[in-house]
Amino acid sequence: MKRSTTVNLMLLLAVAALAVAPLVLGSGDGKEEPFTGSDGQAETAITENAPHYEPWFSSLYEPPSGEIESALFALQAAVGAGVLGYYFGVVRTRRRLAPAAVSAERPGSGPSVQPGPSAPTSTATPSRTPPMRPPTEPPAAGD
Amino acid sequence: MPPVHIAEGYLPPLHAVAWTAAAAPFIVHGVIRLGREVRENPEAKLLLGASGAFCFVLSALKIPSVTGSCSHPTGTGLGAILFRPPIMTVLGTITLLFQALLLAHGGLTTLGANAFSMAIVGPWAGYAVYRACRGFGLLPAVFAGAFVADLTTYCVTSVQLALAFPDQESGFAGALAKFGGIFAVTQIPLAISEGLLTVLVVRLLRSSAAEDLLRLGVLRQKDVATKEQVPA
Repeated sequence: MKRSTTVNLMLLLAVAALAVAPLVLGSGDGKEEPFTGSDGQAETAITENAPHYEPWFSSLYEPPSGEIESALFALQAAVGAGVLGYYFGVVRTRRRLAPAAVSAERPGSGPSVQPGPSAPTSTATPSRTPPMRPPTEPPAAGD
Repeated sequence: MPPVHIAEGYLPPLHAVAWTAAAAPFIVHGVIRLGREVRENPEAKLLLGASGAFCFVLSALKIPSVTGSCSHPTGTGLGAILFRPPIMTVLGTITLLFQALLLAHGGLTTLGANAFSMAIVGPWAGYAVYRACRGFGLLPAVFAGAFVADLTTYCVTSVQLALAFPDQESGFAGALAKFGGIFAVTQIPLAISEGLLTVLVVRLLRSSAAEDLLRLGVLRQKDVATKEQVPA
C-alpha cells in the first residue's frame, strides 16, 4: 500500500516536472508573447497561407475579459475534479465496507476465523447465520 | 486566444460542413451505444461520469510546452479504454460543446472538425494502440493508448488546417509541416503528461474499483488472481 502511494506521487511529480521544465529552461525566451496558445500561432500561420481569409462566423458568447475566461476554465476544471473526487470517494468507501460483508456472510472464508468443532473464538458471531447483513446484500464482489 | 482546437469561423464553410457530416454518424452511433450501456449497466453511470470528468479536467488545463507555447491535453484516452471509443465520442463532444459555447474556445462551425479529431480519431487510435500493447501489461498499454489518443488529435487538427489552408507555394505538404510544427511538437510533452495521468487514474481504479474494471473487460480475472496472491 505504501509503495503504491509512492508510485502515484512519483507519477504526479513527473507530470509537474514536465510542465515546469519549459519555464525553467526558458523555452519562451526571445518570443514576443511567450507561452500563448498554440492555436493563436495557428491563426497567424493561416493568415500567412491565406492572407485574405476572413473568419466568417464568430462565437455566440465570448468571455468579456481574460479574468472571466480563466474563471470559466477554472470552473470547468473544478466541476471535473469534483466529480472525479466523488467517484473515488464512493468506490473507496464501498471497498472498505465490502470485506466486512464478505467475512460476515461466509465465516469460513476469512483467514482468522477457524470453524473449529469446539470453542467458538469469536463472540461477535454466535451462530453460522450472519446476524448483521440483510439478505438483500449482493454476493461478495471482487473475489 | 486559448490553444488547440480550430477557432470559430476559421474553417471555410465547405470544410466546416464536410467535417460535420463526417463526424455526425460517429456521434449518433456513440449516443446509441451510450444509451445501451446506461440501460444495461446502470452501475456504470458513476464511472462514465468520472471518465467524462477526467476529459473535462484535462482539457481545461493549459500547460506550457517546450516550443514556448501552451496547449492542453484531451483526456480522451481513459474513456476510450474503459468504455470503448463510441462512448468517448459522446463525452468528448459534450466537452467541446461546453468550451465552444461558454469559453469561445473552438467553435460551433468547427465543432464537427474538432469532434472528428478529438472525439473520434483520437479515441479510436488510442484504443487501437491500447489493444495492440495489452500483451505488455495493463499500465504500459494504458500509457501508450492515452499518449497516442492525445497526439493523434493534434495531428488530425494539423491535417484539417492544411487541407483548408494549403501553402501558396508548397501546397498541402508545406502547410501540413507548418501546422504540424505548431501543434504536434507542442503536444508531445503534453501527451506524455496525459499518459502518466491516465496511468495514475487506472492505478487508483485498479486498487479501489477492480470489479468495475473486470466487468468492462479492462482487467481480466487472471490479472486480479495473480495480484491477490501478493499479501496486501
